[in-house]
Amino acid sequence: MDSLSVDHLTGIKHLTENDIELIFKTADSFKEVINRSIKKVPSLRDITIANLFFENSTRTRLSFELAEKRLSADVVNFSAASSSVKKGETLIDTVNNILSMKVDMVVMRHPNPGAAKFLSERVNARVINAGDGTHEHPTQALLDAYSIREKLGSVAGKKVVIVGDILHSRVALSNIYCLQKLGAEVMVCGPTTLIPKYIHELGVQVEHNLTNALEWCDVANMLRIQLERQDIKYFPSLREYSMQYGLTKEILDQLPKKIVVMHPGPINRGVEITSDVADSDQAIILDQVENGVAVRMAVIYLLASKIKRQ
Amino acid sequence: MEKQVILNSKHFELTINRLCYQLIETHNDFSNTVLIGLQPRGVNVLERIKTRLETILGKEVVCGKLDITFFRDDFRRRETPLIPSTTNIDFVIENKKVVLMDDVLFTGRTIRSGLDALLAYGRPEKVELLSLIDRRFKRDLPIQADYVGKMVDTLISERVSVEWKEIEGEDKVILFTPDTNG
Repeated sequence: MDSLSVDHLTGIKHLTENDIELIFKTADSFKEVINRSIKKVPSLRDITIANLFFENSTRTRLSFELAEKRLSADVVNFSAASSSVKKGETLIDTVNNILSMKVDMVVMRHPNPGAAKFLSERVNARVINAGDGTHEHPTQALLDAYSIREKLGSVAGKKVVIVGDILHSRVALSNIYCLQKLGAEVMVCGPTTLIPKYIHELGVQVEHNLTNALEWCDVANMLRIQLERQDIKYFPSLREYSMQYGLTKEILDQLPKKIVVMHPGPINRGVEITSDVADSDQAIILDQVENGVAVRMAVIYLLASKIKRQ
Repeated sequence: MEKQVILNSKHFELTINRLCYQLIETHNDFSNTVLIGLQPRGVNVLERIKTRLETILGKEVVCGKLDITFFRDDFRRRETPLIPSTTNIDFVIENKKVVLMDDVLFTGRTIRSGLDALLAYGRPEKVELLSLIDRRFKRDLPIQADYVGKMVDTLISERVSVEWKEIEGEDKVILFTPDTNG
């Protein structure tokens, strides 16, 4: 199990359990590296990575950029807002133009599901999916599972509930694949309109009552309502959603055991999670962000090791 | 493959003992000295020397393990990726005397990476190198050991393997020579 079974990271769906374990084991070493006073290693000195963000992002983009720089790779950034995409260039043309400048790896976020896979089949570079529409966000799922492993010792046998906008969430789908591959039980919880109709076919439980879901779980992953992806109204008002599915300190304190609270960010304080929960010692939201850099370093390092020198 | 034991368990112990006394000659009571084993096999040397030194000195010696994977110069030049081991250095090496330890000194490239990796933990006053086996005349870089268990003259096609009581069941060093058929 010394090498990843894939050449690109387009989704968790294509990874094996061994791949995930290898990424975690490598991330352990990088976590040690990023806590040193000199946080940089020279492994990727001769690799150039392009970060292509066709959709807004703060955390993921910064996290990838830091991960790349701490591996000593050369980094170029690109965002759709200031690019020729606006002038009508196709995705493949844009990427091939960037690749002609001798880029070895592409990290891409794109609003269309499947964009990363599409690209990986057509260009001569390693592709890492940093979120493709409502499809997958593999590095987020990896860092979520890594954070659970760090907090609870292992992922296998743990019960994880994902609460919120499952319908529009790439984090939810990647998390379901990742957690199941590692042997966890997964439940999704949210209003009927925000739960995909056929989700039970993935082998997850569905629950519409937040309290029942929280009583069942060891870990609750609270998702944001993705208003930017909702072209119609899926629930009457944010206030009503918040009353039904918002996680408050009162609910948390009434539970029979102490659960771990996660959030992939950005948080809408007072909607899916209240401030006192987000800042409580049960929340590992900032640990997730720290682990994000280590996990992304591991993914980039392992994929880069498959790029043969010419 | 022809096998030849070049250090048996009796001489192995004598060699470790001698190395310990050589270290004490230079470092006295180890008050400003730390020992660092290079992962993975240098850590075996470290553990053995540390145990023996602490018995002789009657005090604890500060030790750490250093992984050099991310500092190697053959990343992407190998068939399989390099998978890291753990680093465990919970002290600052600023102004300390450091003794790096490895089992076999061959091309010197591991030690070069080790020196690079070490810099992340501060600027040591001095760095020395201890190697259980020195395959001399085969260096790619201008690196020499300060403390050597045993010098051996070898061909590039040969292989030297250090075995440990804790892992392989017996302390010994073996030289493997490929069969020459004419």
